[in-house]
Amino acid sequence: MSWFDIITTHSPALIVAVPLLTAFLTPLVSKINNTVRNLFVLIMLGITGLLIVILGNDVLTNGIRVYVFGGGAPLPSGMTIPVRIMFEIDSMTIFMVIITIILAIIGILYSWSFMKEEDGQDKYYTLILLLVTSILGMELTGDLFNFFVFLEISCITSCALIAFYVNKKEALDAAFKYIVISSIGALFILFSIGLLYAQYDALNMAAIAKSIQFSFFDRIVLVLLIAGLAMKSGLAPMHMWLPDAYSRAPASVTFVLVGATLASLYGGLRVIFTIYGKQLLTLVKQIGDIEINLNILLGAIIIALSVLSIFIGVFLALKRSDFTKMIAYVAVAEIGYMFLAIGAAISTFYINPDTGAMQLTTSGEMALKGGLFHILNDALDIGLLFLVAGAVYFATKQTSLNKLGGLARNMKYTTIFFLIGLLAVSGMPPMNGFASKLMIYQSIYQISPILSIIAILCSIMLLAVFVKVFQSVFLGPELPSLKNVKEVPKSMLVAMALVACIIVFIGLFPNIIIDNLVTPAANALQNTTNYISTIVGGA
Amino acid sequence: MIDTLLKSLTTGSGFWNPLVWGLAIGIALLLIYMIRGFGKKDYKINTEQTKAFLSGNPEYSKDEMHVKGSNLYWGFTQALKSIYNVLEKMHNGNTSDYVLWFVIILGVLFIVIGVI
Repeated sequence: MSWFDIITTHSPALIVAVPLLTAFLTPLVSKINNTVRNLFVLIMLGITGLLIVILGNDVLTNGIRVYVFGGGAPLPSGMTIPVRIMFEIDSMTIFMVIITIILAIIGILYSWSFMKEEDGQDKYYTLILLLVTSILGMELTGDLFNFFVFLEISCITSCALIAFYVNKKEALDAAFKYIVISSIGALFILFSIGLLYAQYDALNMAAIAKSIQFSFFDRIVLVLLIAGLAMKSGLAPMHMWLPDAYSRAPASVTFVLVGATLASLYGGLRVIFTIYGKQLLTLVKQIGDIEINLNILLGAIIIALSVLSIFIGVFLALKRSDFTKMIAYVAVAEIGYMFLAIGAAISTFYINPDTGAMQLTTSGEMALKGGLFHILNDALDIGLLFLVAGAVYFATKQTSLNKLGGLARNMKYTTIFFLIGLLAVSGMPPMNGFASKLMIYQSIYQISPILSIIAILCSIMLLAVFVKVFQSVFLGPELPSLKNVKEVPKSMLVAMALVACIIVFIGLFPNIIIDNLVTPAANALQNTTNYISTIVGGA
Repeated sequence: MIDTLLKSLTTGSGFWNPLVWGLAIGIALLLIYMIRGFGKKDYKINTEQTKAFLSGNPEYSKDEMHVKGSNLYWGFTQALKSIYNVLEKMHNGNTSDYVLWFVIILGVLFIVIGVI
């Protein structure tokens, strides 16, 4: 066995272990000096990224990977029920961990200058690395209790990072709200995991999916898991923690925090597609001759909540006069777009009369791909806007749109990056947001034209929101109070440039991502039978 | 690889090719540049000709000239005041109310999924 094979074999564990160990080594390395610490953190995250590439290549070539902690793969001999902690990695997992590591690396690079003047940097880096570890763990694990543990780690580290500016009461207030809401959500998730364990003697997602009957308790579990994870994902009307948390945390934290929110969305997808995937066509209600299956009900609920998210996000963003809070509300709307596509896709499940297999319609499949593609695009677009807002705050110490103006004169590069982010979030061609939103609009139009029209109109309003920001922050005469404002340091510019380049690249060549990452991820989500049979056998 | 780069994104009922779009935008910009060429070339920079004309009123100071963020879309938000009142009431900053929304959604889901 070559060293490369050994690394490939153990890459799932290493992807979590490297940032975890780095987190605890960081305070020690800080004793040398700050530059060494910053380089150390970046290099270690780079190594994690490399491990993800190695694992991704393996999974996309050879199929699902199962990594059993403390035992030979796939299971210790003679055991039929997977009792050990297992990481189960398919194309969907790879898609999510790639997004996470991109956010983490760029977030750390941005932090170099952004956090330079702050106290407690060693604690900051430790916490942000623990947050990255927890997000990666949530995405890699195939065990529900393990998922809960990583979710809790993410809650605690996120709360500490949101409250980083301890001298600001708004930051403490946002962190308090976040920990209360997150803990309640996590509590319900834990309760539902307990119910599943009581019924099926298993915590492994594939094992539960194989045995699930959609009993009375399973219905309760479904409701609790969906509500808990939807709240953690920021779906309206359970999104209220999000604008506070996103806008009060340091910009570099918010950038990584977007990944934590998306990891909860990923958890929701796993619950619906993997655990309850085989039960989606179960008859839930019968009104006269009309039979309503679970997928129709779930799809309708998700669509209703996502339309509400889009409305609330866009309408409130339009009225805000605080730069970061405005972007935070736009983030709520963007989450709505993702859920809209996913909800529409779920509602189109049917049994193919030729094959007898459960599958999505063509438009449903396109909606799912559009929704997944938008997860990546949203992380980058919203992330870039938060980095720009952070840069504006760094240079001016202001976030109020009423006190800003004419910054394009002194902050040329930041203005260009904002323009790229603006066009991308608003779904303007040729940016990446356009490609994913086009997929969402056109597929949803086949399912319900009115939903597509609402989505397009709200996207136009998003453009109006950012035209307002662009006009009031970057255009207009040079304000006397901002005359001495200078462009932000290079590490922040490089971080923003990296995100902007990825956005433009994906916008110009969307098929590279769709063919190599999005389509395999969508196929992996749909193919529950393959997931179950690979992990526990005989689905 | 080149094929993938140049491939159009098909959405089932349409397609999108950014390179074709780029070409179209390039042609449009060329046309705009040509039309711009027909404009007057005899104006004098830094004279009265290039100053903002405010109906004969004196120009305000830089601070006062800038349209602030909260001034924009004032008409829109004013017209939809009733909607904004409801939305802002929802976002009152009270954590108990935020939790209440979670409980409401739980209740709705319990009814819809058929638990209750």
